Amino acid sequence: MEKFTTHTGVGVPLRQSNVDTDQIIPAVYLKRITRTGFEDALFAGWRKDPAFILNQEPFNAGSVLVAGPDFGTGSSREHAVWALKDYGFKTVLSSRFADIFRGNSGKQGLLAAELAQDDVELIWKELENAPGTAVTVDLVSKTVQCGNLVAPFEIDDYTRWRLLEGLDDIGLTLKHEEDITAFEATRPAFMPKTLPAKLS
Amino acid sequence: MAKTLAEKVWDAHVVRKGDGEGANAQPDLLFIDLHLVHEVTSPQAFEGLRLAGRPLRRPDLTIATEDHNTPTLDIDKPIADLTSRTQIQTLRNNCQEFGVRLHSLGDAEQGIVHVVGPQLGLTQPGMTVVCGDSHTSTHGAFGALAMGIGTSEVEHVMATQTLSLKPFKTMAINVEGTLRPGVSAKDIILAVIAKIGTGGGQGYVLEYRGSAIRALSMEARMTICNMSIEAGARAGLVAPDQTTYDYMYGRPHAPQGAEWDAAVEYWKTLRTEDDASFDVEVDLDADTLEPFVTWGTNPGQGVSLSAKVPSPEDFGDENAKAAAERALQYMGLEAGTPMKEIRVDTVFLGSCTNSRMEDLRAAAGVIRGRTKDPNIRMLVVPGSARVRLEAEAEGLDKVFKDFGAEWRFAGCSMCLGMNPDQLEVGERCASTSNRNFEGRQGKGGRTHLVSPVVAAATAVRGTLSSPSDLEPAPESAAGTDAAGTDAAWLPAKIPTA
Repeated sequence: MEKFTTHTGVGVPLRQSNVDTDQIIPAVYLKRITRTGFEDALFAGWRKDPAFILNQEPFNAGSVLVAGPDFGTGSSREHAVWALKDYGFKTVLSSRFADIFRGNSGKQGLLAAELAQDDVELIWKELENAPGTAVTVDLVSKTVQCGNLVAPFEIDDYTRWRLLEGLDDIGLTLKHEEDITAFEATRPAFMPKTLPAKLS
Repeated sequence: MAKTLAEKVWDAHVVRKGDGEGANAQPDLLFIDLHLVHEVTSPQAFEGLRLAGRPLRRPDLTIATEDHNTPTLDIDKPIADLTSRTQIQTLRNNCQEFGVRLHSLGDAEQGIVHVVGPQLGLTQPGMTVVCGDSHTSTHGAFGALAMGIGTSEVEHVMATQTLSLKPFKTMAINVEGTLRPGVSAKDIILAVIAKIGTGGGQGYVLEYRGSAIRALSMEARMTICNMSIEAGARAGLVAPDQTTYDYMYGRPHAPQGAEWDAAVEYWKTLRTEDDASFDVEVDLDADTLEPFVTWGTNPGQGVSLSAKVPSPEDFGDENAKAAAERALQYMGLEAGTPMKEIRVDTVFLGSCTNSRMEDLRAAAGVIRGRTKDPNIRMLVVPGSARVRLEAEAEGLDKVFKDFGAEWRFAGCSMCLGMNPDQLEVGERCASTSNRNFEGRQGKGGRTHLVSPVVAAATAVRGTLSSPSDLEPAPESAAGTDAAGTDAAWLPAKIPTA
């Protein structure tokens, strides 16, 4: 995973709550078997509307998405994170993220930064008044800067550390393989196994 | 300290406690007892293993089935959609390469992954269950800690049989009282979501408790736990009890003999201690609950079926107001319209929420002896091939077909429209599924989430309806279980394929 320390890019105000993962990437795009190439699928339904924010310059070149509360609800599809990344987004700001989406983001190096709704509103106004305004998201100091506003954001320390270091989760876990093997030896015999298969 | 059920299951699976304390603590490493796999969220995970040269650690705790993409017609022919066909073929290749048990289309155990696991007896109390699908919360009905994960986590579980997780907070959902006839588990969970909101359960594990929950069958409990994610909770569970043991007994992978006794002894410890405390408690009155239905584009936008479409002005919060305005526009609804006057085009009975035997029985009980509204298209999609066989053995297929409904093969189908079963632009659907998001059931489609009996009554009248709105049927519908509770169906009655 690529390291994330700080990012500055065009902010995109998405004034909407409950942006579910079916909107971020409709199910029809989930049939692919690759992990990349989902840029065309991002907000595919909404992008058919010429008035949609990503169809307007300079927002179409945005890399910092500033969304309403409850971003990423619904399906667990990690494709939502891949699509945001493939399009060019490095970070999403919202006052509340769905748990699975936030987890998926952390695994893929997309920074999901949680900041107060009041600050989101101020950033929205700034971005709407001066389209193209850059937003800086600094993971080291855990702050967002946009125009004159500097606001703190929240992220759990473990995810922050992994993002700053660009660490691969599986590699980290496999350092504790002995612990896993020891745990496996203690599992009760009545716990089911899928193999050999038993049928009705 | 006295523990809640969720905390007990968690603690029993800690492979390694995370370093540090409190908010700065690193995540715990939890052992995963069962990993369910399907075609959509697994190809990139298998590919990751291959690229890193890592083996699949526990094929014997992994099982795969095909559900999201599979057609529900002509299943004996090659899948017409080439990308779907490729994705399913990729799953088959991966399962063969990594030694994973797979129930393919055409197999008697194929079906929606959350129907298949419990039906085979692979989902058991006190387990940790994961799947690259947010409705994995379904398995919480057994007192398992079950949650949806993303593809990176799927790969992590494949490689390590563990997950790194930060401890959850706990929320009790207390449902006391007795459901009225025609009110079911689906109405309970829709009411819970409307009450706490789509983000209300975020960061929590929900435990459904109270006399109304205890009175529910396992299948009804699955319906409730299934939609925990719609309230923002990654997992929701119900403590196991005699109902759970009765359901488990005799299932193919249930313990037998002395192991059964040891298992039940353990399962009996799986309950929240009387003096344990939850971080939050929410109460719902079952006595006064009415059939519930959604009017908007997220599952929290619901009202009683006897109510009217709300106005954006009813919402104090600016975001909720804007969301309501947008939802009404998308749904093509006017504020103030009685819900029961909303005419629908399609009725979908299916999905991991409501596609099990009791759901089919309840719906069949409503339509038996009645006539379908001629303008309604009704799709009935059993949750698994096994459910389909069982329903046919009971003659339910005939009830649906005589009524004019389409009797399909098993899969996720119109719940998310990855296969050909989709709504047209502007088409309105009463659906027993779990998500009413924009475009979820097909681009431009409009979804109202309902219970199986409301779906059935709606198919009769053509407008959103409950069974109590129907004229008495010429033939008695006796012997059916319209509330979806306390069914007499036992696994011993499952016919062999």
